[in-house]
Amino acid sequence: MSSATARRGALGSTGTARRAGRPRTGQAAVGRPGSVWALPATVFFGLFALVPLVATVWMSFVTWGGIGDPRFVGLDNWTRIGQDSLLLKSIGLTVVLVLLSIAVQTPVSLLLGVWAAGQQRARAAVVAIWFIPLLLSSAAISVLWRALLDPNFGIPGSAPWLFGDGNLFGHQGTAIAVLVFVSTWQYTPFHTLIYQGGARGIPAVLYQAASLDGAGMVRQFFSITLPQLKNTVVTSLILMLVGGLTTFETVLILTNGGPGTDTLVSPLYMYQKAFSSFDFGGASVIAVALVVVATAISLIVVKFSGYGEMRSQAEGV
Amino acid sequence: MTTRPNWIAGTLAAIWLAVVALPLYAMVTATLQTRTGYAANGPLSLPFGDFTFSNYVDAFDTGFAQYFLNTLFVTVAVVLVVLLLVPPLAYAIVRSTSPLVRGVFRVFLLGLAVPAQAVIVPIFYLISVAGLYYNLLGVILPTAAFALPVCTLILSGVMRDISPELYEAMSMDGATPFRAFFRLVLPLSKGGLATIVVFSALQAWNGFLFPLILTQSDDTRVVTLGLFNFQTQYGVNIPGLLAAVVLSMIPILVLYLFARRALVQGLIGVGGK
Repeated sequence: MSSATARRGALGSTGTARRAGRPRTGQAAVGRPGSVWALPATVFFGLFALVPLVATVWMSFVTWGGIGDPRFVGLDNWTRIGQDSLLLKSIGLTVVLVLLSIAVQTPVSLLLGVWAAGQQRARAAVVAIWFIPLLLSSAAISVLWRALLDPNFGIPGSAPWLFGDGNLFGHQGTAIAVLVFVSTWQYTPFHTLIYQGGARGIPAVLYQAASLDGAGMVRQFFSITLPQLKNTVVTSLILMLVGGLTTFETVLILTNGGPGTDTLVSPLYMYQKAFSSFDFGGASVIAVALVVVATAISLIVVKFSGYGEMRSQAEGV
Repeated sequence: MTTRPNWIAGTLAAIWLAVVALPLYAMVTATLQTRTGYAANGPLSLPFGDFTFSNYVDAFDTGFAQYFLNTLFVTVAVVLVVLLLVPPLAYAIVRSTSPLVRGVFRVFLLGLAVPAQAVIVPIFYLISVAGLYYNLLGVILPTAAFALPVCTLILSGVMRDISPELYEAMSMDGATPFRAFFRLVLPLSKGGLATIVVFSALQAWNGFLFPLILTQSDDTRVVTLGLFNFQTQYGVNIPGLLAAVVLSMIPILVLYLFARRALVQGLIGVGGK
């Protein structure tokens, strides 16, 4: 369809739309809405999401301290940030956190999701309780766990045989473990739900055939359930990766990057650069890098898993 | 498959139930004890000895009522913006033949991948230049914008299911796209509308990053920031702190009781489908 027709359609729907209702060709029974219908949302999204996104790229080339006018400095921010050893450390920590979260959450939510796909009434009740963490804000969850794991008044103090000196936030290893645990606590229900949906879509006849062939439960899981859930796994992985890369308030509230800078993940480092050091240019460099990495990872996962071609199969699920 | 006993997953299911329920139980019992009682008995004790509601009263006294009103204001405004903008867009995406609209849809799909962190610096700049820094409007606008892509995806998916025959039937009385939108499309998309209301409301209610960078004063503080603030100021008063956490959860839990379906669909948004 030519753009001229599109424009006419747009004009037609703004005013009284006199002609639009008349059937033209056999296809269009009611006139089609013109592009004007999409305009308000597009303008709004453009102003408050796309323009700022482009502005982030621009700001990575300027120096600005929060007041006064930004000044163009070319690639200075990029070369400076490239040599920043703390940034490298934060990237490493982010990668470790994301990978650990995936390694813990994927098997747990996969098994829980497959279990929840069953039909008994009790399961629905259990799932309803599992679900609660997902309703709560990251802020509330982080404050809750910070309080429950408090070195003096929390759970670790009453179980020294398990937690040693009880100061989980005082050592890098345990601080990372806390972050992984809390994000698992918060997001496992979400991924369980995704896997539940996927598992419900597996035709029961596959399992019937497998049991006739004498395949046991474990064998069925690895030969039927897992392969059938391939697309679901990819969806869940992408969401974990992108979500993990941008984890912010959990770290801010639970550890604030500590002890020292031992849990300073990149999003938190970016925030501190901007709003504690007032180095908005440097922060923008990290922001641009985050977007690029998140998008690239999603694209790579989609490409190598053949998820793109499998789309139609996923639609049926 | 449904009747096969699966002991491994079943055991894990029971463990996970405890992992979820125990902290929530510990949270509630902590809030019903005095500070000294909590310090003496530890987090897993029963609140029989010194039962008290004073922690909740204290939470309100330290300004929580104001934070609630602010969060409510932001949430309602975000939902209104979403309800105003998304249905016409989704309708155009499903019914329009314009290539322009197809391009717009692609932009919104790409928008799904943009994290809020990516824009906080320029948004902070824009909002301070626009003089909205001490104003909740500064929080509402970007929060609503970032809810648009998912809501559009959800609602256009629902609208796509309206059968073409219904549009044809409407053409009998010479219906315009405008009339079809209000008489046919909106009434048949009620489920989808409920989902996007819930999704955007949760985004706004639980939002943290935009309020963190865009508000500073006590009279514009929202609940999530209030919790953060409480923690840094009164971190030692764990029963009081947790009472505030419980208060922040209550509205969503009530909603969960009454509108579970819409809530679950809103939560899984794009991922679940």
